[in-house]
Amino acid sequence: MAKFTKKKSSDLPAVNTASLPDIVFMLLFFFMVATVMRENTLMIENKLPNADQVEKLDKKDLVMYIYAGKPSRNYKAQYGTEARIQLNDKFADVSDIAAFIAAERASKREELIPFLTTSLKVDKDANMGLVGDIKQELRKVNALKINYAAIKGDVSKNKQ
Amino acid sequence: MAKRAAPEVNAGSMADIAFLLLIFFLVTTTMEKDSGISRKLPPIDDNQEDVVIKQKNIFTVLINGKDQLLVEDELMDLKDLKAAAVKFLDNGGGLSTEGKPCDYCHGVKDPASSDHPDKAIISLKNERETSYAQYISVQNELVGAYNELRNRRALELGPQKGFRDMNFIEMQDNYKDVKWVGNKEKLKEVIEQIKTEYPQKLSEVQEQN
Repeated sequence: MAKFTKKKSSDLPAVNTASLPDIVFMLLFFFMVATVMRENTLMIENKLPNADQVEKLDKKDLVMYIYAGKPSRNYKAQYGTEARIQLNDKFADVSDIAAFIAAERASKREELIPFLTTSLKVDKDANMGLVGDIKQELRKVNALKINYAAIKGDVSKNKQ
Repeated sequence: MAKRAAPEVNAGSMADIAFLLLIFFLVTTTMEKDSGISRKLPPIDDNQEDVVIKQKNIFTVLINGKDQLLVEDELMDLKDLKAAAVKFLDNGGGLSTEGKPCDYCHGVKDPASSDHPDKAIISLKNERETSYAQYISVQNELVGAYNELRNRRALELGPQKGFRDMNFIEMQDNYKDVKWVGNKEKLKEVIEQIKTEYPQKLSEVQEQN
């Protein structure tokens, strides 16, 4: 018993922080693995509509993104308030879609081209005229697989 | 030469470096996975033949510029659309293109409504002023109607083929899932069968300008 009483000191021992780097590294690796870097800087408002019958898009490398919506606050003065298309990092016109699809196709391996999907990330306040134009343009270049990007949720939220 | 011990590297700043990286990845992380409603656009065909489709086999949905829904020329609420579409698709009042009656339909077999799920077409029409949110809501309800019928069929058909308590969505998920243990060939057959029994015939009319 004497052995134990002898060691007892009055002040609290400092917390050992030697394993702190390990913990931080663990978190770091988790986020590194889970991270998907944003490919494009959005220059438009992009609130996606809600839908509950959504399918997941896997194979990220086989997806082309077309964004559309009203220019965000910083760009309003320059580009107005009408909904516009954004391809890569630039505002674009409907007629630029064909060139964009051709460029995307050229950057992929040839055997993968039939599996390419176009994801339409359209703001929920946009109107169908613009979307119809995009769809027509996609039909012209034979990019027929499309996906209307939506957030999983109830459709009643779309009304707000 | 006297042997000197290598000086120990100071690892005290390791945590700081790790923190820095951690914060960077925390900020750049977007966790959401892309999801959405998949559709296939019709190819542009110049030599389109006019196929005569009986009016009773077409279910017209029109969304006007004020986001109102006109279904079969009657005003309808969005929440009633799914049930109406299911009723139309599942009617089974006549014969399929192969001349067979629909023996898996649960519908009322109204001769004035669609003949067979195989022939039933939903035609979706919108105007340029229609909002995208409303359009997606309608698309969602229509896809929901097809999924409801397919799920029901999967639950009927599954036990016979050895896939108990699995609806159509789960079947498709399992088919894609590499970790799923089971007979994928057989599962694919069932999926294909359901797909041909309730084909998604959703035609989108290009708006006239």
